[in-house]
Amino acid sequence: MQLKKNIATSESGFIFNPTTGDSYSANPIAADILLKIKEGNSDETIKNFIKETYDVTASQLEKDWDDFINQLRSANLLEI
Amino acid sequence: MQKLRYESPVIQKMNAGLMNKYGTRTEYEPVKQIDGVSVRSMIEQYGSPLFVISERTIRRTYQHTVRAFKTRYPKVQFAWSYKTNYINAVCKVFHQEGSWAEVVSGFEYKKALGNNVPGNKIIFNGPEKTTEELTLAIQNDSLIHIDHFEELYQLIELSEKLNTKSRVAIRVNMDTGIYPMWDRFGFNYENGQAWNAINKIVASGKLQLTGLHCHIGTFMLSTEAYRIAVQKLGDLAWNAKTQLNTAIQYLDLGGGLPSSNTLRGAYLPGADTIPSVDEFAEAITDALYKIGFNANELPLLILESGRALIDDAGYLLGTVLANKRLSDGRRATILDFGVNILFTSFWYEHKISPAQDFTHHTEDMVLYGPLCMNIDVVRQSVNLPLLNRGDQVVVHKVGAYNMTQWMQFIQMRPNVILIDEKGETHLIRESEDLAYIELKEKMPAHLQQINL
Repeated sequence: MQLKKNIATSESGFIFNPTTGDSYSANPIAADILLKIKEGNSDETIKNFIKETYDVTASQLEKDWDDFINQLRSANLLEI
Repeated sequence: MQKLRYESPVIQKMNAGLMNKYGTRTEYEPVKQIDGVSVRSMIEQYGSPLFVISERTIRRTYQHTVRAFKTRYPKVQFAWSYKTNYINAVCKVFHQEGSWAEVVSGFEYKKALGNNVPGNKIIFNGPEKTTEELTLAIQNDSLIHIDHFEELYQLIELSEKLNTKSRVAIRVNMDTGIYPMWDRFGFNYENGQAWNAINKIVASGKLQLTGLHCHIGTFMLSTEAYRIAVQKLGDLAWNAKTQLNTAIQYLDLGGGLPSSNTLRGAYLPGADTIPSVDEFAEAITDALYKIGFNANELPLLILESGRALIDDAGYLLGTVLANKRLSDGRRATILDFGVNILFTSFWYEHKISPAQDFTHHTEDMVLYGPLCMNIDVVRQSVNLPLLNRGDQVVVHKVGAYNMTQWMQFIQMRPNVILIDEKGETHLIRESEDLAYIELKEKMPAHLQQINL
């Protein structure tokens, strides 16, 4: 999974899509995930990082992960 | 290393320009306790969902409301509207504070008697009163408010039979400039029906016409309507005195005062739009003085406020069951309580607060109840912090009508507890179970056996 190349993100969770002019704000955990995606980490690596950092069960994360990817997709931020 | 608190990852589009017409987030602090008792501990002890009544809030609201009227007018009496919340412990708090009982059915009447309210301090309203119920009310010297001519003639016959002059009032409906006009109850003022009823009562010689009653609407947002109601009732009372030589002892303005809940579709929160109780008291008492009675013959003012006195004292605690995305991308959160026990979701945009810490990130969401029915929507659109499964929420201002209009539908009705003024919790209505639900069912013999 990859973010579109021109998508700008910041550590504080600000996201800007220069193609559409849309901007988004991400909560801290979403900002962490976006940063890891930008660094080129695999899904599994990112999920492991989240499980180590946050108090969450594997099943909860799995469910929320799918939901989050859908959010990114509907915001048109992912490479197809 | 202690792990960080988790919340679902979310991104939210930032909008420049006009604000969402429903405003932005309203929750800044979690509500972790009610009257000093922690939400978590109450749910642990009594289960979820759970209705919580604050005795302290009931008493404070009652005393504040009574003070608003008594500082303006010498003769004021409140009568607790049973239909608003007739859990006995709640009624008893009002009766301890000095409130009479106002009932609208035989079952409520018997409840009031069971709560040790003297019969002569029970006001019996409503369109349906059976012969047995009317007989009981006459024997107890209760104040019977007549709704229609059939009832009026029945009371004349009963009083004759029982050889008692029962104390009655008529309910009057009238145009007070508000819509909808409630003309289905009582006798109309404008077309002369009310005056006609008064004449018939006085002419019969069998009944004591002690009062006049009206109830002009519910969740009234205009003080002016009450002023007009007093003028019209006052006009009837004045005419009864001057033309029929009958002194009307009380004017009962009914209820209808609003709580600070926000009505569905309102642009501003209820607390910012409703007139204060002092404004209502000013309008009503000012109009009473203008009727023209001497100081020693001022009628008693009776008020049957329900919602305004109990709504703020009720809370509903609940738990998040699940989150999901709808087809249009909106978040939907499913709670363990729905319209079956939170009937007022149909009327109000209930304020709902998370009961645990949260971040400043929020999302627009729909809140659904647990019922497998499409109508089970607690909030159509609300901006709340992200809620995880198992998180707890507090719904505010649910004291009025929910604990009487709730339905046993799909789910059982939950426990109701009262927090007393010392911060002790008391179970005042136990949650239902299958045995309770089936208690009144009967099985015909030929259906006893099935063979699948």
